[in-house]
Amino acid sequence: MASFFASEFFHNYKRSSSAIIGSALMISFAFAVLVGPFLVAQNPYDIASLNLMDSYKPPMWLPGGEAQFPLGTDGQGRDVWASILYGARISLFIGVVAMVASCFIGTVLGLIAGFYGGIVDSVIMRIADIQLSFPSILIALFLMSAVGTGVDKVLIALTAVGWVVYARTVRGSTLSEIEKEYVQAARVAGLPNHKIIRKHVLPNVLTPLIVIATIQVGTFVLIEASLSFLGVGVPITQPSLGLLIKNGFDVLFSGLWWTSVFPGVAIMMLVFGINLFGDFLRDELNPRLK
Amino acid sequence: MTTGETPILEVRDLEMHFPIGGGILDRLRVGVRGISLDNPVVHAVNGVSFKIARGEIMALVGESGCGKSTVAKTIARIYQPTGGEIHVEGQDIAGMGFSDLLPVRARMQMIFQDPYASLNPRQRVRDIVAEPLLEQTKDAQARKEVPRRIEELLARVGLNAEHAGRYPHQFSGGQRQRIGIARALSVTPGLIIADEPVSALDVSIQAQILNLMSDLRDEFGLAYLFISHDLSVVNHIADQIGVMYLGFLVEHGPRDALFSKPRHPYTRALLSAAPSIKEKRDTEEIVLSGEVPSALELPSGCCFRTRCPFAWDRCATERPQLQDVGEGQTVACHLIDAPERDTA
Amino acid sequence: MTKADDHPLLSVRNLRTYFHTFSGTVKAVDGVSFDIGQGEVMGLVGESGGGKSVVGFSILGLIDSPGRIEDGEILLNGKDLVTAGEAALRDIRGRNVSMVFQDPMTSLNPLHTVGRQMDEVLRLHTDLDARARHVACIEMLESVGISRASERLKSYPHQFSGGMRQRVVIAIALLARPGLIIADEPTTALDVTIQSQILKLMRQQIAEKGASMILITHDLAVVSEMADHITVLYCGKVVERGLTRDLISAPSHPYTRGLIASIPDATDRQDRLSQIPGSVPDIRNLPMGCNFRERCPRAQALCAQQEPELMPQHGSLRAACHFPLAPGDTA
Repeated sequence: MASFFASEFFHNYKRSSSAIIGSALMISFAFAVLVGPFLVAQNPYDIASLNLMDSYKPPMWLPGGEAQFPLGTDGQGRDVWASILYGARISLFIGVVAMVASCFIGTVLGLIAGFYGGIVDSVIMRIADIQLSFPSILIALFLMSAVGTGVDKVLIALTAVGWVVYARTVRGSTLSEIEKEYVQAARVAGLPNHKIIRKHVLPNVLTPLIVIATIQVGTFVLIEASLSFLGVGVPITQPSLGLLIKNGFDVLFSGLWWTSVFPGVAIMMLVFGINLFGDFLRDELNPRLK
Repeated sequence: MTTGETPILEVRDLEMHFPIGGGILDRLRVGVRGISLDNPVVHAVNGVSFKIARGEIMALVGESGCGKSTVAKTIARIYQPTGGEIHVEGQDIAGMGFSDLLPVRARMQMIFQDPYASLNPRQRVRDIVAEPLLEQTKDAQARKEVPRRIEELLARVGLNAEHAGRYPHQFSGGQRQRIGIARALSVTPGLIIADEPVSALDVSIQAQILNLMSDLRDEFGLAYLFISHDLSVVNHIADQIGVMYLGFLVEHGPRDALFSKPRHPYTRALLSAAPSIKEKRDTEEIVLSGEVPSALELPSGCCFRTRCPFAWDRCATERPQLQDVGEGQTVACHLIDAPERDTA
Repeated sequence: MTKADDHPLLSVRNLRTYFHTFSGTVKAVDGVSFDIGQGEVMGLVGESGGGKSVVGFSILGLIDSPGRIEDGEILLNGKDLVTAGEAALRDIRGRNVSMVFQDPMTSLNPLHTVGRQMDEVLRLHTDLDARARHVACIEMLESVGISRASERLKSYPHQFSGGMRQRVVIAIALLARPGLIIADEPTTALDVTIQSQILKLMRQQIAEKGASMILITHDLAVVSEMADHITVLYCGKVVERGLTRDLISAPSHPYTRGLIASIPDATDRQDRLSQIPGSVPDIRNLPMGCNFRERCPRAQALCAQQEPELMPQHGSLRAACHFPLAPGDTA
């Protein structure tokens, strides 16, 4: 660990303000998501804790605002701040889980396509091409109309499109790895294919995926928000940040702006933080830019 | 090479053709006669035969694209040959599958050209060196012996025990090549295939590695198949030499015969083109014009005729076969039958 | 050499080019001086990490961050290139000094025809009209041994083989009749039969045009056949220099001697090559005193304390060694 703090990576990190801002945003969101719900008095999805008398209270610094509801309340008297903390939880959960699933599926398929080549490669890569030509919103719409809404359906819709970028990247790196002499040396050493893939190819194709995975979480949060805004995303009982915006959107033009603007700002800061940090990682991990 | 003893390696009519041209859509040709599939093939190795006795060093020389590395990698069964036989200690391994090859891997190992690309950057030195040995050692008791053996090997190639825990990027090119040699030695093979083992190294380091390889040969009775483009390196280390051009063996013989009396015009051109720090010898200088033709479409007849200063019509119609010219030297050239045409 | 001493074409004085990296300052070129006279070929020899390519890039003003020329003068016809501005350097590149690289693909633009790239050099550096430029290009391609030159002008770089591409690069380097050509490992990527063609071509073209050349290479054999005099670099410093025949036949620096002895010779076989032990030290962390002492068979206590200066030795040689070899010395 001491060597990490002495490394060039850490040295450059300290000097990059965008990396520091990005990671600070990411860390505060992670913190908010992990412990936030324990810090607010109200659970916005516990009907018993809601009071209709509190509906549409403005943020605390406006006339009529209360310190109890720092960012105001919505039509059911839910604290917007508490809703954001709970909503960010769902948004990030969907973003991270869909990213992990995409990364796993894409990496495995990319390794297989690149290592074995031939027909297997053609089939996998043509499926990837077809997947790419469908927007995830369309796939989500199909799924939702066929099997109904739900977090799991959103995850499937995101993963169905998300794996392609990993598969393509991994396939490309695998093709260049298997030409390397250490892979040939492993063949001469008598290693079976699965060991060659696991010990020699996989560890050397992972680095570019770190950047893709980071930025993809942000992309997935945004896509999920659009899906929810269109009404084909998460169900009303598990409101993500996107659904909060949609719920507030109906009253946005009646002057009750805070119910959708604050969740919107939250999404923006989250994705902005992820992209800032992702760009820093891309510059650091790309040997061609050095 | 004493007769009667089984050579450690005998290659007969080895042939390696690579299909190229990607997917079906890329190769589809639509013409007046209908639709056809193109099947372009790289003729990398076109019938190469030789023998290596125990403890002997055989070198294959030639320019880039002559197929010498492909011969090495086909014998090491990184590639599956498209034709011919590869006998390792009398056993034909050309058609063997993965599990049959495993015991052969203990008798034949390989050293690679690029000291930077031949070691996995994410493995520690001890894991790199142990890799072939661990594949051969399935017995748990015997596996416990492996770390001690790795230390011995590292010491033998001039590294020390504390190097075992480091990663390849912490070493210089010459040290990395030593690690590659230790890896090949780990299973105590009788034959090592060395594909341009010193061409990526600085000259002072090159001498260290060549000396190490000679010492190991004397110590363990190793035989080498030594691939190189550098005639001075080959002259230094080899017992017998094969000269390759466009996938064919054009001349083959004991080192002294080949260097003192090269017969094939290509061999002569190679020898006279090699730069030297010594005063030039007074031998005829054959200067080649043009460059090596494509291995996709071999020339008719003799493959060297497009650059040969002596070529005549026979060379375009008839492919010369290797013929014995005495002292174990064989040459594939029509000039042997028509010495009057040799005007150089 | 005498001609060179009067008025050298290029005079490099105490050149220092450092690279400031995260893991420390790399003194890639550390106090290098040499002269090249009109029509001379100088070999710049050393192993990887010796700093020989950085010398070439420094002369052309092509050192990018984190590298910097810290000190020294590069006088071309008496004019200092270190203090010259980028505009002046751009004018000098191609017109007065041109460069031939190891990989011809890096110096040719794959998107433009060879003819266009040649024409551009002439347009920038001469006053010829379009017609005269076209004729000059054809003549130049023919003189480097490319037949059907007017057709080949319309070809793209990838349509040439490796050897032909290097001929094109040499043709471009010679086009504006520069006084100095810097050739950085020009034949290292080529096969030996092609290498001998290219070397012969370079020798003949340089003699014909009266140009000078710095031949940067790791290959002593190539340099011994091409160069009038040789400068040997080790860890960014000149360790020995002198006329080719003196330096090859009786070097006075143990490093030069070691380099020469470790070349296996195609015409003369020894059982065991003599080798230089160890490897080049980490250039960010050089030992005190002489950089070569840890690998040197002649090293004594003095070598660890004091860095040797370049001093005159036998013949034309100058070497930086406390205990130089005399002709006939062994080990």
